[in-house]
Amino acid sequence: MEMVNRPYAAAFEAYAVQHPEVLCLSADLTSSCEIDGFRDRHPDKFLSLGMAEQNMLSFAGGLGLAGFRPFLHSFGVFLYRRPYDQLLASVAYPRRRVRLMGFLPGVTTPGGMTHQAIEDIAVMRTIPNMTVLEAGDATEVETIVEQADTVDGPVYARILRGSVPRLFDTPMRIGQMRVLAEGSDVLVVTAGITTEEAIRARGALARAGVSVRHLHLNTLKPFDAAQIVDHAASVRHGVVTLENHLVAGGIGSMVAEALAEAGLARRLVRLGLQDTYAHGGSRPYLMKHYGMDALALVRAVERQTGQATGIDEAALDAVRIDAVHSLVKAEAL
Amino acid sequence: MARETPLRNEKTAEEVARGIRARVFEHTIRNNGGYLSQACSAAEQLAFLYAEALNLGPSTMPMVPPPFGGVPSAANTGYVTGAGYNGPFDAVHDRLFIAPAHYALVAYACLIEVGRMAPEGLEMFNKDGSSVEMIGAEHSPGMEVHNGTLGIGLSTAAGLAWGRKRLGHTGRVCVFMSDGEVQEGQTWEAVQAAAHHGIDNLWAIMDVNRQQCDGAMDDVMTVGDIATKFRDFGAVVAECDAHDLPAMRAAAATPHPGRPLIVLAHSRPTQGMESLMNRFPKLHYVRFKSEDERARMNTEIAAELGVSPVPLEAH
Repeated sequence: MEMVNRPYAAAFEAYAVQHPEVLCLSADLTSSCEIDGFRDRHPDKFLSLGMAEQNMLSFAGGLGLAGFRPFLHSFGVFLYRRPYDQLLASVAYPRRRVRLMGFLPGVTTPGGMTHQAIEDIAVMRTIPNMTVLEAGDATEVETIVEQADTVDGPVYARILRGSVPRLFDTPMRIGQMRVLAEGSDVLVVTAGITTEEAIRARGALARAGVSVRHLHLNTLKPFDAAQIVDHAASVRHGVVTLENHLVAGGIGSMVAEALAEAGLARRLVRLGLQDTYAHGGSRPYLMKHYGMDALALVRAVERQTGQATGIDEAALDAVRIDAVHSLVKAEAL
Repeated sequence: MARETPLRNEKTAEEVARGIRARVFEHTIRNNGGYLSQACSAAEQLAFLYAEALNLGPSTMPMVPPPFGGVPSAANTGYVTGAGYNGPFDAVHDRLFIAPAHYALVAYACLIEVGRMAPEGLEMFNKDGSSVEMIGAEHSPGMEVHNGTLGIGLSTAAGLAWGRKRLGHTGRVCVFMSDGEVQEGQTWEAVQAAAHHGIDNLWAIMDVNRQQCDGAMDDVMTVGDIATKFRDFGAVVAECDAHDLPAMRAAAATPHPGRPLIVLAHSRPTQGMESLMNRFPKLHYVRFKSEDERARMNTEIAAELGVSPVPLEAH
């Protein structure tokens, strides 16, 4: 599996310099959000707003009113918890074309409760006029900048930083989920970092004779409920969602709503944070501790099929992850 | 001030201020409630902005406000804000935000006095389905952004002003503020950001009436010397008596290169309606306790304003 170093930094710079209305805003986390090089090379397009997120959100609304499209960079959690009122009144209500680039989503940070955006999807998707995106690999990080900027309204995007695996060889397109496997036993729905976990689990499950249908979401709002329902209807044993987020209000809730509204009865297992805060620790430790890793997914699939697979940690470690090539139908069109 | 064109309305700021008080008084008596004290404290400030200080083009909106046209959404393609009452958006004209959105009644009265809205507009105030809302929304006459949560107006204006400077606009951005907003941390974030980025096409006039919803600010939350605090955060500060128009003109003309200007207009919450002192410090929203009080205020304040008492229907 190819690892890409700092895909956001290069992608943002390449895009922003082509678009005069695009501005780069930072709230004292410039190098942490990989825009330090941009700051140094393009100071005329960079606005430092300091540790003052309430002002930054309203200020960005004013920039939007003047016709600019500011990209706000911070840890995801800092873009909505403290400045929630400003997000609603100054950005979301008036549909300003403000792009909120939320780094370190969920348990990808060891910073503990104050730094972990674990309810951001639940919050953002309930806000009228908001579009919610999540990058799941280096290719999606590279294309989310351009995709977010096509939206005539505000966008919140969960961004991965640092060394990011490349899972996909085709760019993301807003509203188009990726069908990564077309099995017939259990439907697995993932997004962000949980997709890599599911790919690992799938490899082991396939050897154990379990046929998984796997969907990767990069667009959480608008949510393509109809397609989720179609896929859920095509499997024998129900649905498992796995998300780097609380199960309440996130992908698990979205899938539940879709199934209920369609009147489709399928058992649903929702993996993710179960009505709990996380704490500070490494990403692998946290994913294991809170039941968000490949092994937790295998156990959930076993619950759906009613059959033990015998898969253990060693079996999962042995799975080789290759990039998803378009010939295995990376895109659902 | 950078006024390029002659006054478009016949009235002086003094006359507009008198008209604002009379209209808000009449509305408050007739509806047995209203933001009357805000008219007392802010009449000269809003009159000064519309009649003299701001370079505004003619209104682009109908004299009688259209009904509520829906909130912004991808489907609501015809959505417009109420900013058209302040004139067109272009490079040369100024923009105005009314940061304390509960001053809307006073602002609407001002729009009528300067000929930008028909008197019928005030009849729609706080009526279901109307755009003339009690707490000014961005679709309300003269409003451009939501400011109902206090403290967000100056930040938004700073962003707009930075953008207009980058675009080469000569028009400035003005915020009408209230002193209660200095209790919100965001106000200080906004001032420091505007100073840090040299946003000097931004200025504010603040109604320093020392009142807030719970009563006198000194009893609710002491804010200290706000002039010094604003200066320490990087603004140029000028002060004036909010009821002395020549002093207000001088304060607003204070040069402020590289920094935002904050004009502190020290006001009296009962200016022109001294009878309201009977209610002090309960002045945020005036609702009369009895028909007797209503009738007495009607007579007394009308006499102070030099207008006729409001004819009241028999109950």
